[in-house]
Amino acid sequence: MIFDWLSSLIGNEIIAGIICACLPLFLFILPFALVAVLMERKVSAHMQDRLGPMRTGYHGIIQTIADILKLFQKEDIMSNEVDKPLFNIAPVLTFIGSYAAFAAIPFTSNFIGTKLDLGIVYILGVSSFGVVSILMAGWSSNNKYSLLGAMRSAAQLVSYEIPTFLVVVTLITVTGTTSLLNLSEMQTGHFWNWMILGGPGLNLTKFLLIPFMIVGAVIVFISTLAEVNRTPFDVPEADSELVAGYYTEYSGMKFAMFFLAEYANMFAVSAIVSALFFGGYQSPFGYLGNLLGVSWLVPFEQLFWFTLKGCLFVFVQMWLRWTLPRLRVDQLMTLCWKYLIPFAFANLLIVGLLVVL
Amino acid sequence: MALKTEEMVLNMGPQHPSTHGVLRLELELEGELVLNVRPHLGYLHRCFEKHCEAMTYPQVIPYVDRLDYLAAMSNELTYAITCEKLMNIQVPERVEYIRVIMVELQRIASHLVALGTFGLDIGAFTPFLYCFIDREKILSLFELTCGARMLYNYIWIGGLSHDLHPDFIRLAKEFVQYFKPHVAELNNLLSYNKIFIERTANVGVLPLEAAINYNITGPSLRGSGIKWDLRKNDPYSIYDKFDFDIPVGKGTFGQVGDCWDRYFVRVVEMEQSLRIIEQALEQIPEGDVTSALPKRVKPPEGTVYARTENPKGELGFFIVSNGSLNPYRVKVKPPSFVNLTVLGELCKGCFISDVIAILGSIDIVMGEVDR
Amino acid sequence: MKNDEEIFEILKAKFGDSIIELNAKSPFEKVIVIAPLKIKEVSYFLRDDSELDFCSLVLLSGVDDANGEKVELEEGFKGIQGGTLSVYYHLESINQKQKATLKVSTSRENPEVESVSDVWRNADWHEREAFDMYGIKFLNHPDLRRILMPEDWEAGYPLRKDYRNPEFYQGMKVPY
Repeated sequence: MIFDWLSSLIGNEIIAGIICACLPLFLFILPFALVAVLMERKVSAHMQDRLGPMRTGYHGIIQTIADILKLFQKEDIMSNEVDKPLFNIAPVLTFIGSYAAFAAIPFTSNFIGTKLDLGIVYILGVSSFGVVSILMAGWSSNNKYSLLGAMRSAAQLVSYEIPTFLVVVTLITVTGTTSLLNLSEMQTGHFWNWMILGGPGLNLTKFLLIPFMIVGAVIVFISTLAEVNRTPFDVPEADSELVAGYYTEYSGMKFAMFFLAEYANMFAVSAIVSALFFGGYQSPFGYLGNLLGVSWLVPFEQLFWFTLKGCLFVFVQMWLRWTLPRLRVDQLMTLCWKYLIPFAFANLLIVGLLVVL
Repeated sequence: MALKTEEMVLNMGPQHPSTHGVLRLELELEGELVLNVRPHLGYLHRCFEKHCEAMTYPQVIPYVDRLDYLAAMSNELTYAITCEKLMNIQVPERVEYIRVIMVELQRIASHLVALGTFGLDIGAFTPFLYCFIDREKILSLFELTCGARMLYNYIWIGGLSHDLHPDFIRLAKEFVQYFKPHVAELNNLLSYNKIFIERTANVGVLPLEAAINYNITGPSLRGSGIKWDLRKNDPYSIYDKFDFDIPVGKGTFGQVGDCWDRYFVRVVEMEQSLRIIEQALEQIPEGDVTSALPKRVKPPEGTVYARTENPKGELGFFIVSNGSLNPYRVKVKPPSFVNLTVLGELCKGCFISDVIAILGSIDIVMGEVDR
Repeated sequence: MKNDEEIFEILKAKFGDSIIELNAKSPFEKVIVIAPLKIKEVSYFLRDDSELDFCSLVLLSGVDDANGEKVELEEGFKGIQGGTLSVYYHLESINQKQKATLKVSTSRENPEVESVSDVWRNADWHEREAFDMYGIKFLNHPDLRRILMPEDWEAGYPLRKDYRNPEFYQGMKVPY
């Protein structure tokens, strides 16, 4: 697809690969982070009876760009006692972790970084990069708040991967594929083909699956929310307790890397949730391009729906963040181990039985 | 071979988002568990008591404002009452009414900050701003009255610095009507939120026995389930003329005296303050507010202790007068200071997050703790 | 509810000479004067006796009586020698709805008062403050350190009437 097209155009697979790898970064993640930061500020502001940024540009639309420029100019403050190599690598590694996940996320039916058959497993794997980098950041900062934040974060991420994975396994048992592209392709057509509504086909199993799929979607949404450290699961950052958690000591562009990675992560998990349960890039109502017979329009429509669904889930994440208080760290673990995992297991069992029958 | 472990000492503050000012807490931690808390004070010490000895009695009032800067009116009232007791001044009825209205508005404003920042400590950002929007309206009323939004110098010994603005009564009534539904909104958004209850119920339980022995006062004492409010139990000013209830902690979601109880007492107190304000606005008489102002404050020799129910608790002034124009000794009984003494006891064996919750629920202002 | 005279009589009957007098010099409150080294015993009695039941200590305040003789220590600076420092205790009983004020006076040169922090727990910090400001030593106090002033403040006790600001604190000039 994009890669094949590029390599035929350029005639060199390596360059084509590099371009292909950079495309989502420059075309998607960076612009998205810019928009999402502004969106967060505006969403929070309007939820709190404020206006948010208003001075830079019309209703503050270039506020984020101004912020990025400011962050570029900032002095990179580093205390003498930090473990320098780890301290420098950690923000890069965080970003790699969240960026690598985009490689297997299908933006449209034509545009996916790599057509991995193990797509979803790969994404869950690389998202563990986050744990390593957060631990690195917390440990190398030589700051007790950072260390506490990193410990909390590691425990949280490791725990919440389990319910995510269980739900993913549930989906694999239903669909028989681990490739997100295949999964999205399966949910083509109309919204009643989405996995949340039992997947494609029209039989009794589909209707029996619906409640379990909804439970699965809720579980996966909650646990991915926890994996990206958003409120009510932001105990690693817990600004009222741990100042800023694991990135307390970071400033300037290194801080911006964490920040960028957070927003990239937010979108990544939203994309995963939508790919798993809400049809990924598929339009809920069929395509205008097919209707008009303009085939090149379809990928753009798909990109539109993909972005829209992603943003919708990002919006829900923001909505929760500005509404809910924060859980305590032991309650966080209780929620995961005592509620989500048993429910996810039961769900898996029942869905498995349904599929076998 | 077992790994060698040791407690980690975490220095929380004096610069920290949620120590409510420049309080420094030395936490001994075992992982997330807090073994011991040692508060260190004095970062905001401004020598209030030493200053007072060099001032005349009326000159102390602006300094009094800066004790509990979130409830400056209440501080002024307490100081004025103490000096009036020393001088044996009867203030006109209109003055009493205006004072009560101001102090109750101030109580709402102070509780709004307490509740908002408590929510913020728990991680809920939005209620904090909702509270501040409402507080702004009260501050605007104060601004209308005396030109200042935080530190008023409005209640003077024997009277007030100004009479009310002609629009004040109307605007205050509008505010009361405006604010009533907002308490319910705060309840829906924060008080009955499941996560909020999880975080605060059964956390930092303060038994009544201990609360009394520590002389905890104000909402924190009432949260432990005793109806003790100086407005009812030791009435000053004209509080015996009004009809209002004293809310107490009932242990709705956990044990009596937990953080949620202390929090909710404040919520209900705001409603009761609205009742007092409504009644006072209806009954306020006409009159001159400056008629009882003494030309010169020169009280007789003696010691006096007078106290009022501040938003934070019982605020008292112990004044030793030697018959001159300057107070010989002014000692404050600061509610925040006394309430803070119990922190070490409450925090033993809880989580770091709970320390923040407990500190937020006893609602201290460092200006008053350090003086 | 008992008035000050009755409380004084009860204490006098129980403790005899330790209860010095009922001071009614102030028109606003009557003060029971107690020997400084007996205050803890008296406090325990006041708290635990069912009729008195003074369950809380409202305020503990130190006062410099400055009733000694003024002596010129250095040129232009008058110090005070002799005389007393006092501690006032405002007590309250929630159940009996009564109040009392106690006072102990101790010598300025060697101010020693028995600590009541075992009786009323909030006395701990109040006593630290009185120590910080007046240098009154509370015997058997668990942790008698400065509380509001810096721990390394060496220039004496600031609320004493003969206190003088130091020239320097940690190399920083103090009068500005």
